[in-house]
Amino acid sequence: MSENKNVATVDVAKKYKKKSQTADIVKRLFRNKSAVLGMIIFLCIIVIALSADFLFDYEQDVIKQDIMNRLQGPSSEHWFGTDEMGRDIFARVLYGAKYSLKIGFSASIVSLAIGLVIGAVAGYYGGWIDMVVMRIMDVLLAIPGTLLAIAIVASLGSSVNNLIIAMSVSGIPGFARIVRSSVLTVKDNEYIEAARAIGATDRTIIFGHVLPNGMAPLIVQATLRVASVILSTAGLSFLGLGVPAPHPEWGALLTNARSYIRDYSYMCLFPGLAIMTTILSLNLFGDGLRDALDPKQK
Amino acid sequence: MSEVLLDVKGLKKYFTTKRGLLHAVDDVTFTIEKGKTLGVVGESGCGKSTTGRAILRLHEPTGGQVLFEGQDVAKLNATELRHKRKEMQIIFQDPFSSLNPRKTVSQTIEEPLKLHKLIPDKQKRLEKVLETMETVGLAERYINTYPHELDGGRRQRIGIARALALDPKFIVCDEPVSALDVSIQAQILNLMNEIQEQRGLTYMFITHDLSVVNHFSDDIAVMYLGKLIEKAPSEVLFANPVHPYTQALLSAIPLPKLGARKERILLKGEITSPINPAPVCRFANRCQYATDRCRSEEPQLKEIETGHFVSCFLCE
Repeated sequence: MSENKNVATVDVAKKYKKKSQTADIVKRLFRNKSAVLGMIIFLCIIVIALSADFLFDYEQDVIKQDIMNRLQGPSSEHWFGTDEMGRDIFARVLYGAKYSLKIGFSASIVSLAIGLVIGAVAGYYGGWIDMVVMRIMDVLLAIPGTLLAIAIVASLGSSVNNLIIAMSVSGIPGFARIVRSSVLTVKDNEYIEAARAIGATDRTIIFGHVLPNGMAPLIVQATLRVASVILSTAGLSFLGLGVPAPHPEWGALLTNARSYIRDYSYMCLFPGLAIMTTILSLNLFGDGLRDALDPKQK
Repeated sequence: MSEVLLDVKGLKKYFTTKRGLLHAVDDVTFTIEKGKTLGVVGESGCGKSTTGRAILRLHEPTGGQVLFEGQDVAKLNATELRHKRKEMQIIFQDPFSSLNPRKTVSQTIEEPLKLHKLIPDKQKRLEKVLETMETVGLAERYINTYPHELDGGRRQRIGIARALALDPKFIVCDEPVSALDVSIQAQILNLMNEIQEQRGLTYMFITHDLSVVNHFSDDIAVMYLGKLIEKAPSEVLFANPVHPYTQALLSAIPLPKLGARKERILLKGEITSPINPAPVCRFANRCQYATDRCRSEEPQLKEIETGHFVSCFLCE
């Protein structure tokens, strides 16, 4: 008898399968053409970054000098030409994607994680905790992000890891503020009180009820943050505080090419195009995501 | 005399505002017997809901005792309180905001069971969810739907199911039908009545709808500006209201009869501010019988006949 009943309950759960809300969002996202375009471009860039190690030998193709072939224009042999040391710019730009994406993603994820906890605690508990935490965030926010990153990199020394730290720190206040504001709007709903009434702990309430309902702006912010970190990293490298030579980071390629811009403009063109394409694709995708996550668009 | 389940003594809840201390619930004392329903009525802002929430400690009470089966709920620590929540539940007014929009019906009903680790086996838990859904009259095909796909009545049934899942002894019903259509109100009320009979539940039924409360309650408590001003068995209260405010309130019930006329007591004057109220009768400003004594002293709750408590100088 009880076995029969077991079978019956399994059937009921299977029979009325739940429609996933995520599937809904994905559907709306795919309806947005520019978002799909952005996504496709960005996926290509990710694939390139991941396969850079297989396509090129770092020692041979990316950093090895070849003075005989310096400053050659684009040709069938060197698609993007060569730089002042004779290195293939195509290889360097493609390899550069690796650095940009690594820094962009790690820094965004770190600041998302820290900002999430800080913002959620400040928003949920309110009172003096909120005051103290958010004033500290305001102090961080008052310093322009790039300036803050310059200060951190200057004091820690320039390396990929220090860049990630610098970018993470300057991204935290933005995330904390967004999380806090969405926690504040969600927190006053009766279902939060209901969760407390059935005996949920603060942690369950924050992570099970508050955050899932306030996630949308956060996901969008994270996507756009990747773009802005890539851009800032390029900016820092351009200033000579980013990824140290001879690593082929896009910003570093640009700085390097700057002195030759009059006679060999292609040297600037390709890294610049790479940065632009990446940022554009991420922004298109982020905007599409924002629209798809907005329930009013249903 | 049956057993007392809930004994509230001198319950107070003050809120700090910029202009002073807001006395939302001020020195409220009452008891509810096991298996009975106490209806709490009063106009909006009189502290009905706050009383209910303070009993469950969804708002921390400022003072007083809440004895649930002899144990003071107001003194429990966080862990003890969490365990106590299995026995005391709440049904909310608005079925649209009281359900998490990202959780399906079964997830919502299942959550209390998961939180208290009552049924560790997933299969059995699902059975319990289905059983609870059946109790509240939700067809099993709704098991994986989201609240926004359902109408108000069904959503409120989910809310009731969530409260029932833990098999509580006591439920605070915070205007559970006031957000629903009249036709659905009746269904939900009948449902709640049935469940009470089956399970021997005790309700504290908060409402501003007097015709609802008359049907539903064994005892009725009338609140005005944070004070309990009259409490009596419902038939006594309807037949013989003593406090002038209760009289005015009852005279406002519309009669479902064409051409029926009845003497209405219209209240005049402004409601006294609940912020830092003076220690006088809070109804004095609007009371047609008010005397100087009402404006200089605060009346206390007195038992004028068995089970009939009034807080007014008139009946002394």
